[in-house]
Amino acid sequence: MTTMADTVLDVQGLFKKFRRGELYTSLRDLIPGLTRRLARREGPGQLEQRDFWALQDVSFSIQRGEAFGIIGGNGAGKSTILKLLTGIMRPTSGSIRVAGRISALIEVSAGFHPDLTGRENIYLNGAILGMKRDEIRRRFDAIVEFSGLEEFVDTPVKRYSSGMYARLGFSVAAHVDPDVLLVDEVLSVGDYLFQRKCVERMNSVIANGATVVFVSHNLREVANLCRRSLLLEKGRVQLIGPTAEVIRTYFSRSQEQRAIDAETGVVLTRVTTHDDAGPRVEFESGGKLRLTVEARARTRHEDLAVVIRIVDDHRYPVFDTCTQRLGAGPINLEAGQAVSCTFELNLHLAEGTFHVDAFLYRYVTSTNYDGWHSAATFFVTGAPEVRGVVTLQPRLAAFDIE
Amino acid sequence: MRHSLREILDHRDLLYMITWREIKVKYKQSVMGMLWAVLMPLVIVCAGLVVRYAFATASGTPLAMSDFTSVTVKAAPWAFFVSALRFGTNSLVTNANLVTKIYLPRLIFPLAAVFSQLIDFLIAGVVIGVVLGVARVGLSVYLLWLPVLLLSLIVLAMALAILFSAASLFFRDVKYLVEVFLTFAIFFTPVFYDSALFGRWAPVLLVNPVSPLLEGLSTTVILHQGPPVLWIVYSLFMTALLFTASVLMFRKLEPFFAESV
Repeated sequence: MTTMADTVLDVQGLFKKFRRGELYTSLRDLIPGLTRRLARREGPGQLEQRDFWALQDVSFSIQRGEAFGIIGGNGAGKSTILKLLTGIMRPTSGSIRVAGRISALIEVSAGFHPDLTGRENIYLNGAILGMKRDEIRRRFDAIVEFSGLEEFVDTPVKRYSSGMYARLGFSVAAHVDPDVLLVDEVLSVGDYLFQRKCVERMNSVIANGATVVFVSHNLREVANLCRRSLLLEKGRVQLIGPTAEVIRTYFSRSQEQRAIDAETGVVLTRVTTHDDAGPRVEFESGGKLRLTVEARARTRHEDLAVVIRIVDDHRYPVFDTCTQRLGAGPINLEAGQAVSCTFELNLHLAEGTFHVDAFLYRYVTSTNYDGWHSAATFFVTGAPEVRGVVTLQPRLAAFDIE
Repeated sequence: MRHSLREILDHRDLLYMITWREIKVKYKQSVMGMLWAVLMPLVIVCAGLVVRYAFATASGTPLAMSDFTSVTVKAAPWAFFVSALRFGTNSLVTNANLVTKIYLPRLIFPLAAVFSQLIDFLIAGVVIGVVLGVARVGLSVYLLWLPVLLLSLIVLAMALAILFSAASLFFRDVKYLVEVFLTFAIFFTPVFYDSALFGRWAPVLLVNPVSPLLEGLSTTVILHQGPPVLWIVYSLFMTALLFTASVLMFRKLEPFFAESV
């Protein structure tokens, strides 16, 4: 049982309304706009139609020292939640209670001024992120060291590369020492080494008892850092629970059957990943994955092939194959006929998130009848000994010290 | 109101840093550097002397030293007032990326804009002090009015900067309105001339709360006389009223800033 005293962030019944379309941005537009409205006797009811809910009835609470993930597709309302938590926007209704200082690793270099040097920007950005001047002075060296930009600290940041810019921004933000830290996608900043450094820093922030709210598309990082997560869909909470379960739900929802567009002659209707037991999205590295692709023809189509491609989380193609290359003959479909083919793959993949793209292709005419990017997503776990995209299944063949 | 001021007080380091940034950025990569602070008042003084000369010629009286000193002492505060309003009005729009991305008390931006102009005013003030010394204007007990008058002018500039900065966030043409207003305001404000010139219509000019303050500066510093106390009280009252109203309005609108930029 947890007591209220442990709750560091408590969100209850959060609603946020946005307005579609344009607001009046100049007096010149406002005045004719108002007259038009008076002339047409447009009531407030009509204006209401332009409103939409970005968030509806979102409630959650986070305990001190907890790392909490927020997962959801584009437009699910993740950024809106963060904007409300930081106080940039005010909720339409609902309450947010924070015990202590809340700080965001969002837009970490927003406060930079290009004409100022790295040193000056550290002080400026530190103040913007809520640090006192002597606090920044004390941590100045640590910040510079963390960024790895010692040589450039007296160079105006407009001469920095975008990577350097982001690194300096993150380094300042990472030294704020908040009670609640909000993180949004920043771990994709900089090169691999810097990213590792960021993850380590986050881990130590968590270890030091800070509370972290983590919003990301990078589900691997969410899974690694957060034990509990929230799944957001169209502004509503779908699920709050253990991260693995939330991620599974998220993926299985994205695998739901595709709506068929009446316009096209032949369409991919469904792409699912499963094993012998049934549909699943989490697989052991080295295990077997079955991938089923279903398509339906509205009109007669001949000489088709089903192509599948696996891409990694950065959308880099890892592998592709098709029915034709695997020896199946051309697929001929009469109007109304459906086809379903299942590929069996040996997952020689390293840990990570992978996506399946599927295509309906006619080789003779080089026509792509239908393409579905990220039709399915799956998750590979259990190969801690390798990093990268694939596993070449390494074995230490010899190990001599002379 | 109290909450807003408390919040600014809590964020004084930030206010300092933002002000410092405005000053630093302004003087970086500028040829004239500190001379900028003197340029604007100097131009106003020159223009004022031309106007005064025209007046003198028209009325057949020779141009006196007090014409020059009186314009000088009013030019720098006016230059400050104008540039404070100009920077203040744009302060939220130019910091739109901070307004929409990070939470901080937004009142800091118009305040920092005014404070950063204060540095120029200070430099110009020192130069004027020297000029007046050379012109043998001398000192008097009436100089004690100086802090009251200047403080009121600064707070008035803050009030309007706060008001216009928020307004221009919602309506982009407020900026141009302010610009037009500032360009012609010098004709409605006794900078080049004294309101007494207008005889019984003088009070009309003094309704502008800046006017009594500038006149007060001229009478106390140059003429060594007491300022028009009633009108000064009126200015102080208007300043307090405008400042309170602006802060309250700003506070009311602040939650909508991020969505309206």
